[in-house]
Amino acid sequence: MIALLHRDLMLAFRAGGGFGLGLAFFLIVTVLVPFSVGPQSELLSTIAPGVLWLGALLACLLSLDRLLALDFEDGTLDLLATAPLPLEAALSIKALSHWLTTGLPLVLAAPILGLMLNLEPDGYLWLIASLGLGTPALSVIGAFGAALTVGIKRGGLLMSLLVLPLYVPTLIFGAEAARRGAMGLDGTTPLILLAGITLGTIALMPFASAAVLRMTLR
Amino acid sequence: MSLWEYANPVKFLGLSARVQPFLWAAAAICMVVGLVWGFFVTPDDYRQGSTVKIIYLHVPAALMAINAWFMMLVASLIWLIRRHHVSALAAKAAAPVGITMTLIALVTGAIWGQPMWGTWWAWDPRLTSFLILFLFYLGYIALWEAVEDPDTAADLTSVLCLVGSVFAVLSRYAVKFWNQGLHQGTSVPVATGGRTVSDVFFYPLALSMVGFGLLFLALVLYRTGTEIRLRRARALLARRKKDI
Repeated sequence: MIALLHRDLMLAFRAGGGFGLGLAFFLIVTVLVPFSVGPQSELLSTIAPGVLWLGALLACLLSLDRLLALDFEDGTLDLLATAPLPLEAALSIKALSHWLTTGLPLVLAAPILGLMLNLEPDGYLWLIASLGLGTPALSVIGAFGAALTVGIKRGGLLMSLLVLPLYVPTLIFGAEAARRGAMGLDGTTPLILLAGITLGTIALMPFASAAVLRMTLR
Repeated sequence: MSLWEYANPVKFLGLSARVQPFLWAAAAICMVVGLVWGFFVTPDDYRQGSTVKIIYLHVPAALMAINAWFMMLVASLIWLIRRHHVSALAAKAAAPVGITMTLIALVTGAIWGQPMWGTWWAWDPRLTSFLILFLFYLGYIALWEAVEDPDTAADLTSVLCLVGSVFAVLSRYAVKFWNQGLHQGTSVPVATGGRTVSDVFFYPLALSMVGFGLLFLALVLYRTGTEIRLRRARALLARRKKDI
């Protein structure tokens, strides 16, 4: 398992530039928002938590097709499916490496972009906490979407259509926690619910993803 | 004699051909009587005026939108567990009917909301969950279209239906948490029986609900029959190609 994680991380860092791409996308989306809604700092500070969450979600979505597609094309997935390691574990590791290369950098970059969007000082801790708790769920659910569409040619757009409705609860609770924090309210309740969703998806989604992947590889 | 005999497509088609005329007739009678009664015979509401009559389309469509997904869930489970092709095809056949019901509920809701709430659309929990349900239907149908191998398509869409159901319920509670809304709670609670709709409006409404249910059943049987025959025609074509 550690070897698989190591391999995925090395591939992400060294080959194809998949590592920085999500981060750059996040940066561009955040920079484009003031152009589209105007530079008033009050308006920006109101919508900042929601924009940052949406940007992080889209950046995660954008990098999902790399999660399995390359391994499917060169046959690595077939080897993984016949390996002694359960496919559920392999997919969990893949989701983990996706989170380490996409989700974690987003969490770390969010405060800097929050500064650009004039986020309220109270909101930073809540933003980091909610993104840190929520992005693992995005990666795990995304792995399910990637497994569902990996056998389909040009499945990228279809995957967005399938994955985005599944992201709704995570986005609602995550953005709500960040919003309440930025308004100086207590965001503990949505944060706890968000943590619940993340833990639940980490526990259950790999089974669904592995089941779907076996059907595709059969 | 068990229910599973109808997993055989020939038996299923035979039964559905025998039942369908009655279903269509019953659905037509219930809907025509319910809707005409509702539209022309019931009095106007003293506050809502004649707009209250949208209820005879809005409520049954919303009811069937959710029940159609539930039926797809059951059919998907049967396919995954017992691998009866008719079941998978029935789930496939129900999806477009379900999405149409969802659309009817959303559109009539908007038309009703404009005079009553002063807005076509509000980010209310019920409205939002229906929009999310619409997106789930869209993804489900798109996945059926995208996968070429019919058995793989049935497998993948079944799992999507199961996972989607869980997330649809989660979203329902999430949007409730996120925003308290304009839409009233249910007026016809089946469990407690304490309905807040007057009998004058309730009888045609109940008839219309039954009518929509029968219409859904008839449409699904009809479309499942079409899917079965389509698959048969494809199999015949493939066999002829092989012979040549």
